[in-house]
Amino acid sequence: MKDQADSYQTADGRTIGPVVMEMRNITLRFGGVEAIKDISFDIREGEIRAIIGPNGAGKSSMLNVISGFYVPQEGEVWYKGARRPPMKPFEVAEQGIARTFQNIALFEGMSVLDNVMTGRLTHMKTGLFSQSLWKGKAEREEVANREVAEKIIDFLEIQAIRKTPVARLPYGLKKRVELARALAAEPTILLLDEPMAGMNVEEKEDMSRFILDVNDEFGTTIALIEHDMGVVMDLSDRVVVMDYGRKIGDGTPQDVRNNQEVIDAYLGVAHD
Amino acid sequence: MPEQLAFTIEVFLNGLMAGVLYALVALGFVLIYKASGIFNYAQGVMALFAAMTLVGIQNGQVPFSHLINAIFGTDVHSFGWSVHSGLAIVFTVFVMIALAWMVQKFVFRHLVGQEPIILFMATIGLAYFLEGVADLMWGSEIKSLNVCAAEGACLPQGINMWIDETTFTAFGYGFFIDNLDIVASIVAAILVIGLVAFAQYTKQGRAMRAVADDHQAALSVGVSLNFIWVLVWSLAGFVALVAGIMWGAKSGVQFSLSLIALKALPVLMLGGFTSIPGAIVGGLIIGVGEKLFEFLIGAPFLGGATENWFAYMLALLFLVFRPQGLFGEKIIERV
Amino acid sequence: MFYREAGDFSTTYAEDQQTFPIKFDRYRYYVVLFIAIFVIPFIINDYWANSLLVPFLIYAIAAIGLNILVGYCGQVSLGTGGFMAVGAYSCYKFMTAFPDLSMFVSVLLAGVVTAAVGVLFGLPSLRIKGFYLAVATLAAQFFLVWLFNRVPWFYNYSASGQISAPERDTFGILITGPNTEAWATYLFCLIFTVGSALVARNLTRGSVGRKWMAIRDMDIAAEIIGVNPLRAKLTAFAVSSFFIGIAGALFFSIYLGAVEVGEVFGIQKSFLVLFMIIIGGLGSIFGSFAGAAFLVLLPVALKVVGVDWLGWPTDIVAHLQLVIVGGLIIIFLIAEPHGIAQLWRVAKEKLRLWPFPH
Repeated sequence: MKDQADSYQTADGRTIGPVVMEMRNITLRFGGVEAIKDISFDIREGEIRAIIGPNGAGKSSMLNVISGFYVPQEGEVWYKGARRPPMKPFEVAEQGIARTFQNIALFEGMSVLDNVMTGRLTHMKTGLFSQSLWKGKAEREEVANREVAEKIIDFLEIQAIRKTPVARLPYGLKKRVELARALAAEPTILLLDEPMAGMNVEEKEDMSRFILDVNDEFGTTIALIEHDMGVVMDLSDRVVVMDYGRKIGDGTPQDVRNNQEVIDAYLGVAHD
Repeated sequence: MPEQLAFTIEVFLNGLMAGVLYALVALGFVLIYKASGIFNYAQGVMALFAAMTLVGIQNGQVPFSHLINAIFGTDVHSFGWSVHSGLAIVFTVFVMIALAWMVQKFVFRHLVGQEPIILFMATIGLAYFLEGVADLMWGSEIKSLNVCAAEGACLPQGINMWIDETTFTAFGYGFFIDNLDIVASIVAAILVIGLVAFAQYTKQGRAMRAVADDHQAALSVGVSLNFIWVLVWSLAGFVALVAGIMWGAKSGVQFSLSLIALKALPVLMLGGFTSIPGAIVGGLIIGVGEKLFEFLIGAPFLGGATENWFAYMLALLFLVFRPQGLFGEKIIERV
Repeated sequence: MFYREAGDFSTTYAEDQQTFPIKFDRYRYYVVLFIAIFVIPFIINDYWANSLLVPFLIYAIAAIGLNILVGYCGQVSLGTGGFMAVGAYSCYKFMTAFPDLSMFVSVLLAGVVTAAVGVLFGLPSLRIKGFYLAVATLAAQFFLVWLFNRVPWFYNYSASGQISAPERDTFGILITGPNTEAWATYLFCLIFTVGSALVARNLTRGSVGRKWMAIRDMDIAAEIIGVNPLRAKLTAFAVSSFFIGIAGALFFSIYLGAVEVGEVFGIQKSFLVLFMIIIGGLGSIFGSFAGAAFLVLLPVALKVVGVDWLGWPTDIVAHLQLVIVGGLIIIFLIAEPHGIAQLWRVAKEKLRLWPFPH
């Protein structure tokens, strides 16, 4: 295992930086049920980190812990070299962590552009008073942030539906708009909760390309949950495997593929 | 026994009685909410409508007579007969069932799957509509409702005298409790037991609970949603009728009846929207609470009439600390 | 044909984000404003001012205020009447305590006071949602009305328990009291209405508005992408109450002149304004105007038709009005939940393509 502060080169020539986020001995309980049991892993700058596992393994709960929606009973979250105190989800977002959701959580009453602009909210700071006057500070800020949003819209090729109400879009496009909204925040870490769930092969290929491009172009660190093993193995640099709330594997796709416990979990060996 | 304490006990008992009536209205809300997720603001107006219809039928009034007279220049008012109370109640029940059917057919069938808040606003519209119809149908003047006849048989008039005398010999101070309140409590108790039994032991009751649990699942095992919804609206209409009779006999059948019924809302917030015991306990707490507050704090220190807002403030404060109500289930949020 | 946008390009983001991006709309807006400011004041008389225009302008402000809370932020309030009462009574206190204060300032200060009260009653909104909150706002409604009824300080210990507006002016023109001129009161209200609409429009098209709408559409997702829910909801309560307070102040000081709180600012007022935004269109500034116009016009029209033409008794017409309003609410919620504003948008879409729809 490499040292936490080290950088290294991947086979395809990308630079993976030092550890940016680290989960230490996280335990999360709902009532008596332990959704996550004593899990530790880290995420390095610029890498694509996957969390996989069968249904009910606690993957989504893990993502919710990272994004601050659940507060674990035990364990520590370290972010950018400091321990993160318990904070509200919106404070986590302001620290540069953006995410998408398993069941699309777009704002259905708004247009695509407005949805993407909500991703910029953490960057927009003008007060109520200047906003109510509009001309001047508020308008300048709006235009500056619109430019960023438009860049993302171009990047994800959704220019044509900019002004369409989100409720009218088909599923695949909604997923893409949600990605756009998360990207608009220019996050340090991007969390993707099953970005390819319910997609056909073609759409999956598109989405995989976007994920790789995002990582390549903006250097965004990505942590994703995915069911499709093929996709995960192709996309990710390192994989965490979870089963029944425990971590049963961690390493490169190659390591994980050869891990006996992982194979058991996926093929279904009786638990004792 | 000190005078003040005796007064307080009397206020407490009267509050309990008022609470029973709140609970009665609240029951109607719970029924509809459980089965259809609709928070029926019109429940109070339904009670008003039911009471007005009952009085109208009793007196042999011609429905819409004012409107007919205005349009056709006629001068009809009454059929010239009066209907026996028991029969009038049966007729009114049929009217309420017809109303339930129409509400389902013309309003809520078209709003299936809408957000709860839209449904709630629709019931506010329904309340306005019904109030207008009730006024057009029977006229808006205050009517008196003879509860004795409506009940079929009176409780012995002496009952409050009896309470008065017994408590006088016991405490040296006679309590006053209205006959009507006692009747109301008994009726409410019977109604609650009846409804619970209906929900627990009959086929329709089971179907109703199934729908309350999960519309889709109920639909997939062959429960007719439409039928169940008409059923619960009819039941709610029946409960509204009972509440209307009680309130109407107490303070006359008039518009304020529907406002008094608004008090059922804080009752529900306290008790939780889905719980029948919650509605009853909440009703009692609010009834007793507002009477005692008015007696001990409101009237002496705050200038009186605190009953107007006490219930709402209590519910508001309570909700801030326990958003799911007394008996409601804890809400777990997910993404 | 008449309504087109071909050749009408936005070349900057600022241009794309203006209130009326289509030239035709922009010009029509200027024309309406021109007529409102430079034509109507010269032809207005007392009847038109008192029965239609002034109540319309005031209700439009209240509707914009409530629409910000309900239509944009998704927090249903049934306390509008109570908040209007706060505006009215605080305006009254400012008018009597500082006789030299310009009416402008009194009305604005009344708005500020109401905003503060609104924030206070908005605090529970973090924990209470949906119709629980709606019922909770009833607490504000009943408590505030009771307060102004029972605490004599608020009505300056007057024997009748009423408040009545003393004569006050702004820039030397008499605005309140019995001796005002129709054009002056009209213009005074118009300034507030236009100002409110502009501020509301500016807020709703920018980041504040997006925060509100995000909370409305999906509050959990909004929080996770970085919206502070308490702050977003409280700003909505504050801004909304500010407008409603101004409306209440104008309603008392300009429109009625004297107020008995239970009668004027009771729960019926809350419903009336709520109905305006449902019929006009939730989440639309134009809808607020349309709804206010509709529900100000409806009783007048019904009275003209029912009482004056057909000779029906007034109480029947009043009951009929309840039936019609209630029925319309249901019809709009079923057929067009976005109200008149959406009908208008659809009509414009059609007009854009007319006469070649394919």
